[in-house]
Amino acid sequence: MFLRRKKPRPVTKKEIPDGLWVKCDSCGEILYRKELARKLWVCERCGYHFKIDSRKYISILTDEFKEIFAELTPTNPLDFQDYSEKLEKDRKKTSLNDAAISGEAKIGKHRIILCAMEFFFRGGSMGSVVGEKVKLSINHAIKRKVPLVIVCASGGARMQEGILSLMQMAKTSATLNLLSDAKIPYISILTNPTTAGVMASYASLGDLVIAEPGALIGFAGPRVIMDTVKEELPPGFQTAEFLLEHGLLDAVVPRVELKDKLISILDFFKS
Amino acid sequence: MPRTFLPFEKPIAELERKIEDLRTLQEEGVADLRDEIVSLENKLKLIQDNIYGNLTPWQRIQLARHPKRPYFMDYISYITDEFFEIHGDGCFRDDPAIVCGFGKINGRSVVLMGHEKGRSTKEKIKRNFGMAHPEGYRKALKVAKLASKFGKPIVSLVDTPGAYPGIGAEERGQAQAIAINIKEFAYLPTPIIVIITGEGGSGGALGIGVGDTVVIMQYAYYSVISPEGCASILWRDASKAPEAAEALKITAQDLLELGVVDKIIPEPSGGAHRKPAEAASILKEFIINEIDKLSVVPAENLIKARIEKFQKMGTIKSSP
Repeated sequence: MFLRRKKPRPVTKKEIPDGLWVKCDSCGEILYRKELARKLWVCERCGYHFKIDSRKYISILTDEFKEIFAELTPTNPLDFQDYSEKLEKDRKKTSLNDAAISGEAKIGKHRIILCAMEFFFRGGSMGSVVGEKVKLSINHAIKRKVPLVIVCASGGARMQEGILSLMQMAKTSATLNLLSDAKIPYISILTNPTTAGVMASYASLGDLVIAEPGALIGFAGPRVIMDTVKEELPPGFQTAEFLLEHGLLDAVVPRVELKDKLISILDFFKS
Repeated sequence: MPRTFLPFEKPIAELERKIEDLRTLQEEGVADLRDEIVSLENKLKLIQDNIYGNLTPWQRIQLARHPKRPYFMDYISYITDEFFEIHGDGCFRDDPAIVCGFGKINGRSVVLMGHEKGRSTKEKIKRNFGMAHPEGYRKALKVAKLASKFGKPIVSLVDTPGAYPGIGAEERGQAQAIAINIKEFAYLPTPIIVIITGEGGSGGALGIGVGDTVVIMQYAYYSVISPEGCASILWRDASKAPEAAEALKITAQDLLELGVVDKIIPEPSGGAHRKPAEAASILKEFIINEIDKLSVVPAENLIKARIEKFQKMGTIKSSP
């Protein structure tokens, strides 16, 4: 009998570990760290896109970046057990107040508003602050009359802020109507992973929705689905390529091409 | 009629049985037990008030999930003079987990939509226990757009454990369907009244849960995640759901305090399932009042206020 080799699904929450050499989460190849960084954290052997933090996305995508709305800080509205401590821990780890950075950015010759989600802060989950930053970023894009780009990375709504997190889906999606009315382009970039409450709100609502190769994208988590349907999930289920094939994405773009593609998209909207 | 009692309702069940027995004896003329019956009935009321006045969040969730709780089709038959069901998303399939249609409520034309869990086993399976697929949300949007085109108010009754987490649901864009509904419902130029009648299960609820007025019935709940799901993530133990139910602040009163719902619709003592007709009549009165109130507001004002309503939600501090 053949041993069925399951393709490892990269769901690690860890950041790329320190050290000179890094092992690829997908193919196991040992990669030289400096070289890997030069390749924008994409495995040269198998093309696996490492999870990278919001600041790396900002440096990959933009030529100038000035942070806005940095002062927004989460509270513990439900007095949820251990939540304040967890926030403090992730604040130290990422030196961010919550799971998103917004800013006025320049990419090529285009001015945009960029909001990058931070997966290493509470799994990129959306509580009140993330929802508010997205809302304010939309409003700012309307005010400045410049396109909005959101780099998504999130496991969904933040459980510890309960129903208020769910309401951020309504807050962000409702506000996007104003951006549509103003005819300002919104490009949503889905990275690994973009699921649940974030995918079921602004992440899905871009004028263009594009994803990085291999990114896990969906509504429910694979484990929940497996427990519900009690059967094996199809190969490649919920990957960017799977969504593309099912007509749910506009494009899949490798990280190395992301900036150039984004510039040509912005050119298209502008001219 | 056989009744279903929840574990914490045991003292009520026992007392009700005793009263029933005494009544039978009284009717048979065995003895004059009228005084005893009255005294037991008073005791029953006290016990009921005590139990239902001090429900834990977990007990409330059990009431919200009560197998005899009125569902969408029950409310339709109590509330509407007539109902014409509209099927299908116009593309893939008719999802029986969400029912939509035209209804008349005391002469008013209203578009109604809601999750339907199904009563019998066969019907539950057909309706997938009220867990909708993307085509269910797309059907709801189709009908909502129809309503707004002709300026008819929309009444949405939310009662779902959640949107269905299945393979087909993902293949057909569950997340995308919900996202689009949230955005579109926020911008429809017609009054929208949302009532959480049972379970407000996360995104599956919000997919037909954006409106001008959002209210919740007394023993319903609304949550970002099921208490079982929360407990298994936090403590790797789904049996700790009662603790999670407490922590998540999902009861009607909590939701009112958090500014997520506008109002709590009272239910008959012991829950809507004890007196469905009475529960429906309270709901009907609320719906009529709300429709009459919102119908005179210009559509652009409705939309502006609706967006602002959701834009205000959440708690944030500002620190340097």
